[in-house]
Amino acid sequence: MIETIAFYLFSAVTIVMFWITVSSKNALYSMSALAAGMIMISGFFFLLDADFLGVVQIIVYTGAVMALYAFGMMFFDTTREVKENIRAPKLVFLLSGLTALLLVIAFVAPIAADHIKAFYPMVEGVENPQAVGVVLFTKYLVPFEVAAVMLLVAMIAGIILAGKKMDESLTLKIEEEFQEKGAK
Amino acid sequence: MITLSHYLILSAILFCIGLYGVYRRKNLLLLLFSTEILLNAANVGFAAISKFYGDLTGQMFAFFIVAVAASEVAVGLGLMIVWYKRRGTLDIDTLQSMHG
Amino acid sequence: MEHMETYLYIALFAPLVGSLFASLFADKPKMLVTGIGTSTLLFVSWVSSVVLLMHVYHGDVVHVKMMDWIHAGGLYIPFGFVVDQVSATMMFVVTTVSTVVHVYSIGYMDHDRSFNRFFAWLSAFVFSMMVLVMSDNFAGLFIGWEGVGLCSWALIGFWYERESASWAANEAFIMNRIADLGMLIGIFLVYWNFGSLQYDVVFAQVDGMDATILMMTTAFLFIGAMGKSAQFPLHTWLADAMEGPTPVSALIHAATMVTAGVYLVIRANPLYSLVPEVSYFVACLGAFVAIFAASMALVNRDLKRIIAYSTLSQLGYMFVAAGLGAYWVALFHLMTHAFFKALLFLGAGNVMHAMDDELDIFKMGGLSKKMKWTMIMMTLASLALAGIYPFAGFFSKDKILEVAFAGDHYILWAILWFTAGLTAFYSFRLVMLVFFGEERYKIFGFHPHEAYRYMLFAMSPLAILAVIAGFFEHDFIHLVSYALPIEEYEVSHTVFWILVVITQGIALGGIALAVYKYSHGGFSKKWEETFIYKLLFNQYYIPKIYDEYICKPYAEISTIMWKDFDLKIVDATVDFIATSIYKSGMASRVVQSGNLSNMLRWMGVGLLILLVAAILYSPVR
Repeated sequence: MIETIAFYLFSAVTIVMFWITVSSKNALYSMSALAAGMIMISGFFFLLDADFLGVVQIIVYTGAVMALYAFGMMFFDTTREVKENIRAPKLVFLLSGLTALLLVIAFVAPIAADHIKAFYPMVEGVENPQAVGVVLFTKYLVPFEVAAVMLLVAMIAGIILAGKKMDESLTLKIEEEFQEKGAK
Repeated sequence: MITLSHYLILSAILFCIGLYGVYRRKNLLLLLFSTEILLNAANVGFAAISKFYGDLTGQMFAFFIVAVAASEVAVGLGLMIVWYKRRGTLDIDTLQSMHG
Repeated sequence: MEHMETYLYIALFAPLVGSLFASLFADKPKMLVTGIGTSTLLFVSWVSSVVLLMHVYHGDVVHVKMMDWIHAGGLYIPFGFVVDQVSATMMFVVTTVSTVVHVYSIGYMDHDRSFNRFFAWLSAFVFSMMVLVMSDNFAGLFIGWEGVGLCSWALIGFWYERESASWAANEAFIMNRIADLGMLIGIFLVYWNFGSLQYDVVFAQVDGMDATILMMTTAFLFIGAMGKSAQFPLHTWLADAMEGPTPVSALIHAATMVTAGVYLVIRANPLYSLVPEVSYFVACLGAFVAIFAASMALVNRDLKRIIAYSTLSQLGYMFVAAGLGAYWVALFHLMTHAFFKALLFLGAGNVMHAMDDELDIFKMGGLSKKMKWTMIMMTLASLALAGIYPFAGFFSKDKILEVAFAGDHYILWAILWFTAGLTAFYSFRLVMLVFFGEERYKIFGFHPHEAYRYMLFAMSPLAILAVIAGFFEHDFIHLVSYALPIEEYEVSHTVFWILVVITQGIALGGIALAVYKYSHGGFSKKWEETFIYKLLFNQYYIPKIYDEYICKPYAEISTIMWKDFDLKIVDATVDFIATSIYKSGMASRVVQSGNLSNMLRWMGVGLLILLVAAILYSPVR
């Protein structure tokens, strides 16, 4: 019973939060709503017995990603209202609405997948983080390491793009040089 | 009783909200927010399937999506800063130097 | 047996090797080695052919399957070769004449810029001809058939800088294509009804066949033969083909290629012997062409064209024999004719060389003093052509007349008999005008000289064969009796002798008339004013009729089709497709706006379409 209430409550809040995210004209509101929605998503994970994933969701998304956005937004003028020239808003509604409809139709249909067998079945009596750890460090070790390298690369890229010589960008300079050459 | 279909439909709705944002938003930063919503919607679906089929693979995928999302944010934000410094705006409509 | 296969392959492929070798130097200046090399290889081929001829003399047959050629579904055509008595005879004729012609050509083409190219094509022709006569199925025959057609085209148009030469080459090629369509239909009919193209398989099942089918098949095959052997109404190309170098005329347009049609009828004799209607038509057409061509030869002034018309006429004789069921007689006449006609052409080549390519026989005369050996050989050949005892032509031509008489075809016999007189007359008209009488060439400032000695030597085998080939009649009958039906013709001894005497009589009469008339100044000028003379001189106006009633309307229709149909419908359609694609490209260019938001929307549309498709075609319903 509590699970049902929790599901509907979280669903409602998440949908509202995300809606604010995509429709708000203020970037700050948008970001705050996104952070709230992320937290609510982690609630679903806890409901689904994916404790570890829920924790990761909070730490990585709400902690790291949102903090990154918050820092990033310091560079932009966020107090001003975002002006957007939205063309054909009806088309946007139509497109996403139709997609939603089709997806819902697809998912409401009974899933005829009796023959699906679990690759890595959950074991009774084992805590989720433990089970996740075992699978992650055995079967998914290589992807895990690759993901680690990818994160490192992304970090370096972020630092170089944003951090080096804040007032005169490397990329900017190169383009100016190009333009000078072109002028000659 | 909450079934798999409930979660999947929720996931679909969240996904479409994200899609709506992607279609609608003209500000790069807010566009990036919308993509986060897309990723999270997918994660909910994965976690639900993982639960209802008793298979950890779904959660594994969700982990990797989180990792991808994190690196995407890092690089995307860096690029946006460069762009902002050059143009002083993040509007997509100013970003169309390549057209046929 | 094993080594016989080797001989077969040597005989077949030696000319090809020679051709490929010579073609390596096709655009180089003259290299004697190409001429000598190809001639040597042809000699090798000749030796192999003789060995094979000896081998099959006692009734053996060499049959090899080189490889599977087409094997698709129900269609199975192996690439096989057979040397039986018929093909061995043909191989002997082909290699003999072509070896002689090759050696002769070394001298004849001495000063030609494209010496090497000439030998490449000439050897390629011999190879194609060998494929034609040695193939054991209709498909291989057809390959050779087309191969000789191609080489003939290239050799007629050898001096392609000359408008007339390339025109003649194209005419020959197109005429042959018309006939080849008939031939191809015939081959299709054979395959359709017999389920195979192998000669032995086809001929084994002819007995139970429907008469109509056989008639259609033989008729269509004969259309092919008509084109290749230049029978009426497809005969005009042969006279025009004389634009080619004279050795080519000797080899292709006298001795070998034009006889391919006769060979086809002989080869398909089990088919033809079952359809008397078609066979009789073949015989009648042959007789008609014999007298028709001979009449045109009477008045022509062109040295080579006269010989070309006589070739036509003699091909008519062969078809009469083949049509009356005397296939071996046709083959025999084919062989003897090859020898003396090639000799005649090569002699004409000598004369042409001496006269700086002048062809008008009225500008020659009295050449015997300067060109004694050529004169002797050409006279021998003419005697053989006229069918005078004991030369080769007597035996074969007389046999044809005998066959016609014995078969109660008295009209055919009468035509052929009269033609024999005409043949004798025009042959000696030519000899008289060229070699005897007044030395008219001096007026025109020519300085004739005898040909190279080795050219004369090269011709001598043909001269010898033209004289003695007839005496091998009994050996020949023994040889071909293994492969062809030999019928005894029931004419009594007395009738036989009477026939011989009156045939000899008209032939000698023709010769005597020619000799008498042309040693006394020839016919008067008035004769040239008469209608008959003009009719004959203009080849019965047939080329003109073809030009007026076929070529010109065709050209007009082509123009109409080009301007109204091609330009206005076909081109317009193609242009419409092109412009509509171009316009749609211009219209959809807007999509490539470079705007990320727009692109994302298009992506959404794609996603939507995929979703619809996934739901509609989902495996689970």
